[in-house]
Amino acid sequence: MDKFKKIIGVFLTMFKIGLFTFGGGYAMIAIFENEFVSNKKWIDKDEFVDIVAIAESTPGPIAINSSTYIGYKVAGILGSIAGTLGMVLPSFTIIYIISLFFDKFLEFEYVKYAFHGIQACVIYLILTAGIKMFKSMKKDLFNTIIFAGVVVVMVALTILSIKLSTILYILTCGIIGLIIYLIGFLKSKTAVKKEDK
Amino acid sequence: MPTFSTLINLFLTFFKVGAVSFGGGYGMLSLLRETVVSANWLTDSEFLNFVAVSESTPGPVAINMATFIGSSQAGVLGSMFATFGVVMPSFIIILIIVALVNNLIKYAGVQGFLRGVRPCAIGLIVATAITMFLSTIVGFVNFETTLSVDYKGIIILAIIALIGYIYKRIKGKKISPILLIVISAGLGILAYSPLIFK
Repeated sequence: MDKFKKIIGVFLTMFKIGLFTFGGGYAMIAIFENEFVSNKKWIDKDEFVDIVAIAESTPGPIAINSSTYIGYKVAGILGSIAGTLGMVLPSFTIIYIISLFFDKFLEFEYVKYAFHGIQACVIYLILTAGIKMFKSMKKDLFNTIIFAGVVVVMVALTILSIKLSTILYILTCGIIGLIIYLIGFLKSKTAVKKEDK
Repeated sequence: MPTFSTLINLFLTFFKVGAVSFGGGYGMLSLLRETVVSANWLTDSEFLNFVAVSESTPGPVAINMATFIGSSQAGVLGSMFATFGVVMPSFIIILIIVALVNNLIKYAGVQGFLRGVRPCAIGLIVATAITMFLSTIVGFVNFETTLSVDYKGIIILAIIALIGYIYKRIKGKKISPILLIVISAGLGILAYSPLIFK
């Protein structure tokens, strides 16, 4: 019975967060902590730090990663389903309703002008989101080279009309990271061996 | 009625996007844009409209985009298949991590891989903004075609950037994206309506 209550609780809390939080997953992290760590005490602080680290470093939407994880921690598999459903439902309903009217809405001349202006704004929003993440990134040589390399190569290839899948960029950079790690690992091993002698 | 293959295609497309994109909703934009534009589902401008709506409604941007694009292609079933597709990889991966390999992320090899992926994801976001700017505002298609520069768009972008900068200077925090979207809508009407500029 207690578990059932928790499952419903996870669903309702995620539903509420999904319904009232603007700005996506990053904006939600503080609210998750407030609800599940401070208020309900269903998750302890250290665990929450782990949850955020994993949600941010696994692929997919951060909001979904967190709600699946938090749901599981609170009430097992059913909890994770309840958490994810609770997070998805408000978005889904709101956007589906908007999508029914959106095309009609865009047929109004002035709405079209407005969206013309909005498009410029969205480019700015995407750019500043990227810059904000860049600022919080550790700016060592490796990170800076990968970041700048991706930007330069992608813009240059677009100008040259060469299509290269985003997946390829992600994989290449991941493999470079892995190779550099392996080199560092082997170096430290040989260093240890030398010391042994 | 949408065909079954359209629905499966939506599911698989969004499954792929959910499975290989890093850095949350914005990190998804590059792959999502590439996929929907090459499938001829949306143009770059339509894509930007959808981002604007997804950004100014509550909830995860990724879910909003999936529902919106799914609905535009195949109605309510389309939005269900797309949303289900974008959620599934997250759900499966997180369950595997939390239930089976509790500290997968702590493995050094995985850390090495992620160390490369993180700056890449950020680079992709910045590059997406730049290439979006080239395609929708500068009107760049390729070297053979002539540019059709949207000067009003450049001015709007400059005003928006200035407002964002001044707001941050005065208030010490970032201006709400929704407020900026509302302002830019007003600027769009001012700039493009034939009443003011003939």
